[in-house]
Amino acid sequence: MARADADGSRSGRHLHEAALKRQHAREQWSILSLVVPATIVIVLIILIPLSWLFYLSFLGDNGGFSLENYHKMTQYKSYYRIFVTTFQVSILTTLACIALGYPLAFFLAQLPPRWAGVFMLAVLLPFWTSLLVRTYAWLVLLQKRGILNEFAMQVGLWETPIKLVHNMTGTLIGMAHIMLPFLILPLYNAMRKIDKDMMHAAANLGANPINAFWRVYFPLSLPGMVAGSLIVFVLCLGFYVTPAVLGGGRVIMVSNQITAILENQFDWGAASALGVVLLVATTFTLYVAARLFRFDAALFGRD
Amino acid sequence: MDSRLKLSFAVTDAPQGTTALPIEIRDLTKRYGSVYALNSVDLDVHSGEFLTLLGPSGSGKTTLLMAIAGFNRPDSGSIRFGEDEVILTPPHKREVGMVFQSYALFPHMNVAENIGFPLKLRGISGAERATRVEEALETIQLSGFGARNIDQLSGGQRQRVALARAFVFGPRILLMDEPLSALDKKLRERMQIELKHLHRKLGVTTVYVTHDQREALTMSDRIAVINDGELVQLDTPEVIYNSPANAFVADFIGESTMLPLTRDDAGALSFRGQKVGDAGTDQSKDWTLVVRPERLFFAGAGAETDDQTIVLKGVMREAVFQGESEMALVAIDDDTEVAVRFGTGGRASPAGGNTGDQVSIGLDRTDVIIIPGGQAA
Ligand SMILES: Nc1ncnc2c1ncn2[C@@H]1O[C@H](COP(=O)(O)OP(=O)(O)OP(=O)(O)O)[C@@H](O)[C@H]1O
Ligand SMILES: [Mg+2]
Repeated sequence: MARADADGSRSGRHLHEAALKRQHAREQWSILSLVVPATIVIVLIILIPLSWLFYLSFLGDNGGFSLENYHKMTQYKSYYRIFVTTFQVSILTTLACIALGYPLAFFLAQLPPRWAGVFMLAVLLPFWTSLLVRTYAWLVLLQKRGILNEFAMQVGLWETPIKLVHNMTGTLIGMAHIMLPFLILPLYNAMRKIDKDMMHAAANLGANPINAFWRVYFPLSLPGMVAGSLIVFVLCLGFYVTPAVLGGGRVIMVSNQITAILENQFDWGAASALGVVLLVATTFTLYVAARLFRFDAALFGRD
Repeated sequence: MDSRLKLSFAVTDAPQGTTALPIEIRDLTKRYGSVYALNSVDLDVHSGEFLTLLGPSGSGKTTLLMAIAGFNRPDSGSIRFGEDEVILTPPHKREVGMVFQSYALFPHMNVAENIGFPLKLRGISGAERATRVEEALETIQLSGFGARNIDQLSGGQRQRVALARAFVFGPRILLMDEPLSALDKKLRERMQIELKHLHRKLGVTTVYVTHDQREALTMSDRIAVINDGELVQLDTPEVIYNSPANAFVADFIGESTMLPLTRDDAGALSFRGQKVGDAGTDQSKDWTLVVRPERLFFAGAGAETDDQTIVLKGVMREAVFQGESEMALVAIDDDTEVAVRFGTGGRASPAGGNTGDQVSIGLDRTDVIIIPGGQAA
């Protein structure tokens, strides 16, 4: 018990003070030791390769420091086009995911939790099959003599096969399908947290269902939507498989180009420089978004 | 907080509200599966009155309030606001104000935007809206808080903002679902008085839900006691307290000891051979005497039952100090204890205050409460 002397200072007995301090320190250390494995992994598989990447990108032909890898990028128009494509695909995929995912997440959030779980399973199911398998499945569905074209022509929707794959359309369809769960999960989470009373209050104060949605529900779901969109967008920026398979060589994103450079020219410098630029662009996007929206609240459930 | 220190809402004496509306509920039934949350409820709320729905947890209070606000769909019944049948009217067209237990303030709007929300929806322009929001803030003693965010308010302040938002658009019916339950006791008791003042000022028909019987007794013009989805008794606080309709009401409101009575062929009701009342024309077999602890007193050692007083003899079991009063438990036989409450201030403590003493306790015949039926389950 902390007794106070007449002058207000603590009594001078300090019982067990040193032992208690030691116990506290021991606890702190044991908690800290929990992050040791993670730290080692991060250093090994992220920090070291990343530093290596930076190092290579600034290495000139003569073996010294040089900006020539970056210089090259500004010289060729094709590089510029690759970045435009990358952002274009990423933005369009994100928009498609919002358009598809928002109504779906809304629907899930209205269901009683048990049913929502069942439907959520359907959303998550694709996660459990290989990315490559899913992408090739789309190829089977969408190609010229694929299931979709055959069916549509039989029913008479269109006469000649429509080109749905080996182009931007195919890439976007495949990407949106793969990215959808990443949008829905945080969005659904945010929607579930919206108190039923909020919507009751809105109606009670005179808002018809449309007003209540746009003025109350939507703003409250926005943090979840921003979080999901960011995850999708950032994942898209570095995506490789889907554009490679469904783009048919017409949709070249940064990752595809990096692979091409390494396979054809074995130019580690140029490939690294591209990687660095992509990394910077991604970081910048996240930074801007973090400044604009407090998306961390939605991601980590902080209030 | 500065505003907490002020004693009550700024109140002008005369009611200034628009004409209040009566509510007429007929045969309202709502089932959840096989549970009757509301079982054929008939209830009239007079225009301008403060009516409290009181009942234990799960009795259907919230369900009834939600039905009035239009948030749930009853299985059958009729709800009228004045002349208008509203049972099919969607909630946003009912024009009733509501204060939610959770307050349900919009976190993405500041205080002024929250209060201005119903005005905005009614197309009231910026300047007039601002004036009316300012007036409302003044009424709840939160002038100057308009630009605050909701998370910068204390519980009591949030409660006031929720209140202001519910009355700012001039509804003629105001509903409140346990609006004070999240506040600490001191603040709750002050808000009770403030709400009462505000009600008098606005003159709006108010339906208030609570499961706190003391709160109900303090605030209400009338109390509707609800149990298991049914209306048990509807009357003024005094009548409910002094003449409970049955054992449930007697037990739920106030403290009481229930003593079984015997009925003879002539209809006289007596407790242990002492006549306490008459059954009259009522043919019920079981009758119960309800005694309130504060109506009992310690009589002198030689006191006997007479025309004015009923005297019971017993042994003092225990006396518990409770601050402003003391509660004594007196055993009148092996398995019947009667609680007696007496004040600790002013007059001296009762005769024979020691455990184990023989004591006599008296009850004025005018304080006798007799209800038909057995004791509460
Ligand atoms: N959405 C619902 N689904 C199923 N049963 C419900 C639902 N809402 C209420 N009930 C049931 O209806 C009955 C009345 O509930 P209600 O919420 O009206 O009680 P209450 O009097 O407000 O209680 P409390 O004082 O605990 O708030 C309870 O038995 C409850 O379990
Ligand atoms: Mg309730």
